Amino acid sequence: MATVTLNKLEKRYGATPVVHGIDLEIADREFICLVGPSGCGKSTTLRMIAGLEDISGGEIRIGGKVVNDLPPRSRNISMVFQSYALYPHMTVRENMGFSLKIAGRPQAEIDKAVAEAASILGLEQLLERRPSQLSGGQRQRVAMGRAIVRRPEVFLFDEPLSNLDAKLRSQVRTEIKKLHARMQTTMVYVTHDQVEAMTLSDRIVIMRDGHIEQVGTPDEVFKRPATHFVAGFIGSPPMNLFEATVADGGLAFPGGATLPLPARFRQNVTAGQKVVFGLRPDDVYPAGHGLHSGDAADLHSAEFQVAVTEPLGNETLVFASFDGREWVSRMLNPKPLRPGDKIAMSLDLSQAHLFDAATGRTLRN
Amino acid sequence: MDDNSSARFKKRLLKAGHLIALFLAMLFICMPGIWIVLSSLRPTVEIMAKPPVWIPQELSFDAYVSMFSGVGKGGIPVLEYFRNSLIISVTSTVIAIAIGMAGGYAFARYRFRGKSGMFLGLMLTRTVPGIALSLPLFFVYARLGIIDTHFGLILAYVALNIPFTIWLIDGFFRQVPKDLAEAAQIDGCTRWQAFWQVEFPLAGPGIASAGIFAFLTSWNEFALASQLTRSVNSKTLPVGLLDYTAEFTIDWRGMCALAVVMIVPALTLTFIVQKHLVGGLTSGAVKG
Repeated sequence: MATVTLNKLEKRYGATPVVHGIDLEIADREFICLVGPSGCGKSTTLRMIAGLEDISGGEIRIGGKVVNDLPPRSRNISMVFQSYALYPHMTVRENMGFSLKIAGRPQAEIDKAVAEAASILGLEQLLERRPSQLSGGQRQRVAMGRAIVRRPEVFLFDEPLSNLDAKLRSQVRTEIKKLHARMQTTMVYVTHDQVEAMTLSDRIVIMRDGHIEQVGTPDEVFKRPATHFVAGFIGSPPMNLFEATVADGGLAFPGGATLPLPARFRQNVTAGQKVVFGLRPDDVYPAGHGLHSGDAADLHSAEFQVAVTEPLGNETLVFASFDGREWVSRMLNPKPLRPGDKIAMSLDLSQAHLFDAATGRTLRN
Repeated sequence: MDDNSSARFKKRLLKAGHLIALFLAMLFICMPGIWIVLSSLRPTVEIMAKPPVWIPQELSFDAYVSMFSGVGKGGIPVLEYFRNSLIISVTSTVIAIAIGMAGGYAFARYRFRGKSGMFLGLMLTRTVPGIALSLPLFFVYARLGIIDTHFGLILAYVALNIPFTIWLIDGFFRQVPKDLAEAAQIDGCTRWQAFWQVEFPLAGPGIASAGIFAFLTSWNEFALASQLTRSVNSKTLPVGLLDYTAEFTIDWRGMCALAVVMIVPALTLTFIVQKHLVGGLTSGAVKG
């Protein structure tokens, strides 16, 4: 059980900075996800916590102790690799018991720990097999088993699901969540998949270009994105984001269309300010086919032209143009629509976001 | 029905054709070896006969008997030569493999200045034929006083073999995913333990094949050995073959018998090690 603290953590390759002095406090038993597009420094950060990568500046503490220069074996961590990294010349049993064997523990203790981990993950039948005889999902579980056996203070996951097919991925995702509930251990999980981050974590750290954009619970980062980037990254399909200018108490879009300025931003903008307007697909829908449960005064109606529809059964994604731009909308209780149809869309402006166009930061208080 | 039986006939014919072609190819490949073994058992008249006598008329082990019957009785100091060959080949192979492992690992895992230049340099040394080196080596060795010593030949063979072992072992370490050593370190290994516990066993087949090649190179080498050895102190088996040449005669049968004595250990070793050359050991480590 341990906290993990990153203090002005930096990584440079030669003169090129990859991680720019990030600060992060991970609580004991917390499940935290580092998420961001590739090249944002999330894996490098994880590898620095693991001790596989030297740090160029700042400090890492695990359980209050500075571990900057400690080798991986002295940090009391386990890591599940994207590639699984199972030892191919050992059986599943030997793979899982390897860390205890290296630590010189008695065979009886190793057997017990392996049996316990195997029963948690349902690997009892596979213990005598070699990694090459296992399927992808089984290898994944063995990699997790190997991490469990060590009883670490912190679990590190480096995109552990990215090599699995979609169905298996959601299954293993649930297993990881159960594992966290059962093990009650601090977990740091790196992924580029925002759905994984949302579903698994207590808190999400969104990274971009070696900086932390926002840290918050899944609910916070979804409902109150701190920056334009977070707004576009979290949520599927992504938020509709369009540049606009504040004018006459409204928002003027480049194509000439206007929308009223959402009430809660009135105090925070000045006339002529360039902003980015954001509205989630859930908050723009063909009239009468949406989620809205609030005040009718917040609903604004506008005419859109349908470009494409993507039926998903209980809902349909409608791609429709307004002001010459294509917006995504989520239609509940779908009705049939044809490309080219002109329809009335309801925009729930109480849910709208405004970001400063220059800094990308939210204009919400 | 007719079509079927004619198709079946054609298939059988094709298979027989394959087998015959394979047999001929194997015969062609194995003929020199077979001929050496046969010649070691036949009298010189039969070996030299024109037209050649294909089917041996009389076979005897006389050549082997006299080879081991000591100097003066038509024999040569074969046991000494054998000992020299063994000491020199085994020692130089062990050293070449040790250095080749260190070098190959460094080339496979680390980035350092001048890496590709160094690698190319190592390869270029292989383009110089051994015989071209023999004269300069002879001068240097003569100055150092290491002509006709085990040490001298071991040094030369180590130098000959290292570029090759580094090159071969580098390729095998490259195939071992980097993640494995990292996983081992997280599992509690030191860098050194991670190498011996995980990377070394996985690159094992490659190291073994590099070992076979290095051993065979040293075991069979003639050009340098013939210049750098003088007496039973250090003469190896290939040089020993020359003992069968006199001023006016060559004892072909004796020479072939000694060649067989040379081939047998090399063949045995290759068979033993070859069993361990199981490819694809790294499969299943990472999802490709």
